[in-house]
Amino acid sequence: MNEKEVIASRIALELKEGDLVNLGIGIPTLVADYVPEDKHVTFQAENGIIGLGPLTDEETNIVNAGGMKATIKKGGAFIDSTLSFTFIRGGHIDVTVLGALEVDQEGSIASWIIPGKKVPGMGGAMDLVTGAKKVIIALKHTNKGQSKVLKKCTLPLTAAHQANLIVTEMAVLSVEKSGLKLLEVHPDYTVEDVIKATEAELIIDNVVPMKGVAI
Amino acid sequence: MRGFIKKKDFKDILKDGISIMVGGFLTNGTPETLIDYVVESKVKNLTIICNDGGYEDKGVGKLIVNNQVRKLIASHIGTNPYVGQLMQEGKIEVELVPQGTLAERIRAFGAGLGGILTPTGLDTIVESNKQVLEVNGKKYLLEEPLGADLALLGGAVVANNGNLKYKETMRNFNPVMATAAEIVVVEPFIRVEEIDPEDVITPYPFVDYILVGDDNE
Repeated sequence: MNEKEVIASRIALELKEGDLVNLGIGIPTLVADYVPEDKHVTFQAENGIIGLGPLTDEETNIVNAGGMKATIKKGGAFIDSTLSFTFIRGGHIDVTVLGALEVDQEGSIASWIIPGKKVPGMGGAMDLVTGAKKVIIALKHTNKGQSKVLKKCTLPLTAAHQANLIVTEMAVLSVEKSGLKLLEVHPDYTVEDVIKATEAELIIDNVVPMKGVAI
Repeated sequence: MRGFIKKKDFKDILKDGISIMVGGFLTNGTPETLIDYVVESKVKNLTIICNDGGYEDKGVGKLIVNNQVRKLIASHIGTNPYVGQLMQEGKIEVELVPQGTLAERIRAFGAGLGGILTPTGLDTIVESNKQVLEVNGKKYLLEEPLGADLALLGGAVVANNGNLKYKETMRNFNPVMATAAEIVVVEPFIRVEEIDPEDVITPYPFVDYILVGDDNE
């Protein structure tokens, strides 16, 4: 498994039977590939699908929230943007998985702008992290040697204090009232490696090997 | 519904400086023919309200590339690099709005509401210059209603009397935009005789004009 696959497969374990889930673009999209078929998870796409299915090469007017040709599962529904964001903002989404440029020990997230360099816009990300019951951030632990898991985000925020769980190729961390807790470490790394690669302060108590990863 | 409209009559509606809402999500459900006519008309200083900036050769991106847009109100512009370039040159004003807030601001205008209260955007750049109100101990941003002079809808299954439903994911922003503009013009994706009343998404009173073929313009 490459790093992205490690992150996606670990996050898939967080999804529970019956969950309504919104996956962001990039690594989060891969999470769907690791949900076993007998676990009934419904994916929502904010452009207006309840019951998003896999991508397709066939001619279709159905696209996912990244504009890619997609399918709808049997029993699914097409909805308009206001109803879609009623799901998202009204607390009806159980889990959202989103990428980020930075995340910090207070659960604040930066994902939509690098001032002066890149301004793609927030799309639905601000609504998702504010409205979903559980927010999982999927990201590489470092960028060019610099930690992306920080004491405090340096880039403009997507939202403050909204991340619940952070999953990287190295570790699983949970945002607690008391701080950022290191829960699991990938078998390729040691706790020391994670501490070195993390700018945030970590609460280290009972760390176990990353779940779902074959050694 | 006021009636069917051809290319020439549609172009007569267009004026410099008007605001136009355009349905679609990354151009899925965007009325491309109507946009082509706006490009041909060469009207300038437009305010465009759309989920995103489209692509350079598709959707509202075509208007931006043709330098007809003074201001873009959207949630995402990452798929159209030309928008970023114009922003840096100071040639376009871009108001980035969280997607749910964009939908709700449009809904508020269409529903006659004075605005909406939402926690989305609190403690971020989106909060700048906006009122923060507290209701039952929770903080919210006051977001103002958003309407337009003209709405251009696509992806629609159009009945002869102007009732609409929408094909698959092309629904997105189209139904809410139908409620929030002075004049609403629909580019049919499919024409049908009628739509079962239980299936109508946008009832005909919201629709002003339906584009029909420009056989003799």
